[in-house]
Amino acid sequence: MKDLIDVPLYRLAHARTGDKGNRSNISVIAYDARHFPLLVEQVTEERVAAHFAYRAPTAVVRYVLPKIAAMNFVLDDVLDGGVNDSLNLDMHGKALSFHLLTMTVQVPASAEPA
Amino acid sequence: MNPANGKPLSIGCGAGFSGDRVDAAPPVVRTLIERGGPAAMMFEMLAERTLALAQLAKKANPDAGFEVLLDLELRPILADCLANGITIVGNFGAANPRAAAQLILRLAKELGLAPPRVAVVEGDDLSTPEGRRIIRTCLKEDFDERRFICANVYQGAFPIAAAIKEGAQVVVTGRVADPSLALGPAIAHYDWRPDDWDRLAGGTMAGHMLECGAQVTGGYFADPGMKDVPDLHDVGFPIAEVAADGSCIVTKASNTGGLVSARTVKEQLLYEIHDPGRYLTPDVVADVNHAEVTEVGPNAVRLSGVRGHPRTPTLKANVFFDGGWMGEAEISYAGPNAEARARLAMDVMRRRCGRDLALRFDLIGTMSILGDDGNQLLASTPTDAATDIRLRVAARHEDAKLIDRMLRELTALWTGGPAGGGGVRVNKRQRLSTKSCLVPRELVPASYQFVE
Repeated sequence: MKDLIDVPLYRLAHARTGDKGNRSNISVIAYDARHFPLLVEQVTEERVAAHFAYRAPTAVVRYVLPKIAAMNFVLDDVLDGGVNDSLNLDMHGKALSFHLLTMTVQVPASAEPA
Repeated sequence: MNPANGKPLSIGCGAGFSGDRVDAAPPVVRTLIERGGPAAMMFEMLAERTLALAQLAKKANPDAGFEVLLDLELRPILADCLANGITIVGNFGAANPRAAAQLILRLAKELGLAPPRVAVVEGDDLSTPEGRRIIRTCLKEDFDERRFICANVYQGAFPIAAAIKEGAQVVVTGRVADPSLALGPAIAHYDWRPDDWDRLAGGTMAGHMLECGAQVTGGYFADPGMKDVPDLHDVGFPIAEVAADGSCIVTKASNTGGLVSARTVKEQLLYEIHDPGRYLTPDVVADVNHAEVTEVGPNAVRLSGVRGHPRTPTLKANVFFDGGWMGEAEISYAGPNAEARARLAMDVMRRRCGRDLALRFDLIGTMSILGDDGNQLLASTPTDAATDIRLRVAARHEDAKLIDRMLRELTALWTGGPAGGGGVRVNKRQRLSTKSCLVPRELVPASYQFVE
């Protein structure tokens, strides 16, 4: 059994948010393709939904793009109505990508990123 | 089939949103001229909301309603583009493409240039009585005639391509899908057929790379220590070299800052995409599930393997309605016990206005943009010892008087709120609310015309 350590997703992946209406999409792109399988295993729809529970997504769908070592998460109804309706300063939800990157993932101690 | 000795078509981007930097385009145009070969420039300057505001501007003044920065954008590059055969395509026509075209003709005259051939693409504006009828049918009970402001349907690349084939040097559009601004010149150049799905999808994704300007060249990407970008202050705007098969190489203007890497391209590839197998545009359904992103040189990344599927029978329309009023008011607290004082101010506001208005609170410095309009996250966040806090209160309502009252109540915290509050700012603005629907294509044909 390999030793596992907790690291923030931020150490393993970068991300960008887009918005359309009341729907947000967040890409999660592995810095190193070798980490991609463990991201696919751990950064699941269920965990992302739980991470954004305070925004009460009505659906979270994940798309996996192995060729570019990336995932795309689509979160429904998390923008308080979207850019024209939300009272949020960040009415697009632009900052949500960096919030997702605070999620914890477990990596083998030997694979700890720099 | 390639009229320029096999050199690919280079498409540069001069702007990625309304209000983008007006000094971004000249280095792109210079680079296109240096590299030689067939070229076009695209300007994407029309967010959803921007167009609704332009429609309101046009209602107030029939000669307004197009991109206000148009003169500043085109003045430095128009002569070079016309002299070097670089076609200019932009949605800077917004709500009034003909007025924008007139401005371009006047600008050319003022610069002492021969009158360029300027075409406008129309058919997107469904604010007419006939258009309203179509929208009403599509939106059904969601259509509110009394509050209706405007409706525009997303048109595609083929009218742009047809205008270019007929000799247009500048193509002015209103609402078209953003990537269509690049796909249009590619269709015209390579003579792609309406059912060349893979090529159309490739050209579409090349447009998607370009449509947000610096977002693919290191802008909106930099994260010090993790994703460093050289000379971000001078970030160069992108150029896509689109090949005959629809693949492209993303590069950027020479002698600029910024970065084109596999990482910047991947971030932009998935930007505002939902199902990567079904990116819907008026032209094609693009599929990037098998796309490959390959660094082929410094600041040069190849995007290939994009597939295309037949376009859908409908076009997306955005419909805007008067959405009442929104008010925002802020006040700051600093030093010992600042957060407790800010939270007390919040409580005062809630007790004085909360009965009539659903108030959103932010404690900027502790919790602001991650919170929700219902304040649930803030409520579950324990008071911290933050010592530099700005309270923001926001609300919306049909009745401007209630918003005004909320703003006055926050202002009253100057003397009647917790100790040491400062820096009060308040503002009120009209809101737009939006709905989308799908319109059968045959009901909303697009067309183009030359403007003299």
